[in-house]
Amino acid sequence: MMEVPLFLRGIIVITGKNMRLYYTKPPVLMFGLLFPLFMFFAFFVGRHLDLVTFFPAFLAMMLFFTASSVAPLITPWEKREKTYERLLSYPVTQDSIIMGDVAAGAIFGIGISFLVWIGSTVFVPVSITNLGLFILAFILGTLSCAALGTLLASPASDSPPNVMIFSNLIRFPLIFISGIFVPLSQMEGLGLALAYCSPLTYMVDLFNAAMIGTSVFSPLVDCGILAGISAVFILAGRLIQKRNMIKGM
Amino acid sequence: MDAIRADHLKKTFGPVTAVNDVSITVQTGEIFGFLGPNGAGKTTIIRLLTGVLTPDAGTVTINGIDIHRHPLEAKMLMGVIPESSTVYGDMTAEQNLQLSGKMYGMSRALREERINELLLRLGLAEKRRVLVRTFSKGMKQRVSIACAIIHRPHVLFLDEPTSGLDVQSRRLVIDTIRHMNEQGSTIFLTTHNIEEANTLCQNVCIINKGKIVAQDSPERLKKMFDTTQSVEVSFNRPVTQDLFKYEGILRAEPCGDKWRLYTDNPDLVLKYLVGRAERESIGITSLITSGPSLEEAFVQITECA
Repeated sequence: MMEVPLFLRGIIVITGKNMRLYYTKPPVLMFGLLFPLFMFFAFFVGRHLDLVTFFPAFLAMMLFFTASSVAPLITPWEKREKTYERLLSYPVTQDSIIMGDVAAGAIFGIGISFLVWIGSTVFVPVSITNLGLFILAFILGTLSCAALGTLLASPASDSPPNVMIFSNLIRFPLIFISGIFVPLSQMEGLGLALAYCSPLTYMVDLFNAAMIGTSVFSPLVDCGILAGISAVFILAGRLIQKRNMIKGM
Repeated sequence: MDAIRADHLKKTFGPVTAVNDVSITVQTGEIFGFLGPNGAGKTTIIRLLTGVLTPDAGTVTINGIDIHRHPLEAKMLMGVIPESSTVYGDMTAEQNLQLSGKMYGMSRALREERINELLLRLGLAEKRRVLVRTFSKGMKQRVSIACAIIHRPHVLFLDEPTSGLDVQSRRLVIDTIRHMNEQGSTIFLTTHNIEEANTLCQNVCIINKGKIVAQDSPERLKKMFDTTQSVEVSFNRPVTQDLFKYEGILRAEPCGDKWRLYTDNPDLVLKYLVGRAERESIGITSLITSGPSLEEAFVQITECA
């Protein structure tokens, strides 16, 4: 009975600690903030793209990079600094630590992407056709990306650079196969098959539904898949980390 | 009720058996020393006792609570000081302590009170708002200790707490361990420093190759293995080995500006030394007798095992 409040308190305290310590770390700023901006400028400047049509995909990309950039840093950083062991000796479980890492990534993603969206409304005439869906896209999108970040941090490494390289190796290709720069309707064959496997595809689709009112899939399907993917990522990360603990890594 | 009870613990890492059928009982209020050579399995056992690792077999209870079935409740009762000073370098001393207090669910007022008290006790009051990464090793270790005892744990685990510390920091750490024990905490201490275990612990346990090879009070362990005693003597002028040619002296070794004489009968040797010095007009500047040491017992136990 006593364990549930202790478990929840552990998540809250660990989230606060992560926010204080890791939001300003250079790899997070580099791969979470600057990189999506550079990607945006690289693809938009001089190409006369319709910014209003492109904006939901850009917002999804921003959310994807910000929310998935925090968690891959936390576990290897703490293992390297030996604070991970101290953390485990506190009245917290490995599950509280994982959920604290997911929460820190999700809050970072929501915070930064929300600021970008607010700031962009000054320059781009973006609109929202369905506010409820827009909020849901933000929540489920950031949750699935933060969960992906936690999964990427799960291998038994105490080297933050190695984990960041591995995480970028997985994350970067996703932006080219998820309907951001090439709409799903123009994809075919292997490209389309890969797009269906990417969580970012359903995020972009959900943002399109919420902001433009058009989507490839039903918003219900997007929401269901994003929620399912989040659960799978968290459970897989949990399984790998538990296995690492049994092996003493 | 036992403060710590481990029954038949076993842990393997691949083909290596790190801990093999280890059972330990630590009474409430005692300082328990855990000794062993490098690689004996000390840190693995501490990790098993504190719930950081899950054993392949066996159980651990802290104040009667099974740590692997009710980890959060059991961990609330204990504080852990890992081998290296595991504190957040990018936080100040005060922020590290605040984080620890929050982990144990302490109220803001109680946290403030304990932080002030601990920073003062551990000589860190003036550095409370300085980032820990700028601290010396000794200061980091003091912050680590403060983090582990902020909630006044029933059981305190310390893994090599004085390893590599300067004299001042070492004394502060030892004083804090004694203070916590006087306040009612049970202490589980692993150390390489045999003298530290000898002076601090009521009971010691020696582990080698993942198995417990001896467990008793330091005095009984010493008596179990060696009856040889020694006399340390220094004179006001240099002397030669010839001075110690006496049947009661088994061996004489120069030791800095002193001589260490091994004997089965220190009484006889003392009388001989005083008489001989008087006859040859040599001044004795110091004379110390010592019993069999825990270090000798430790070496014999771990070599036999």
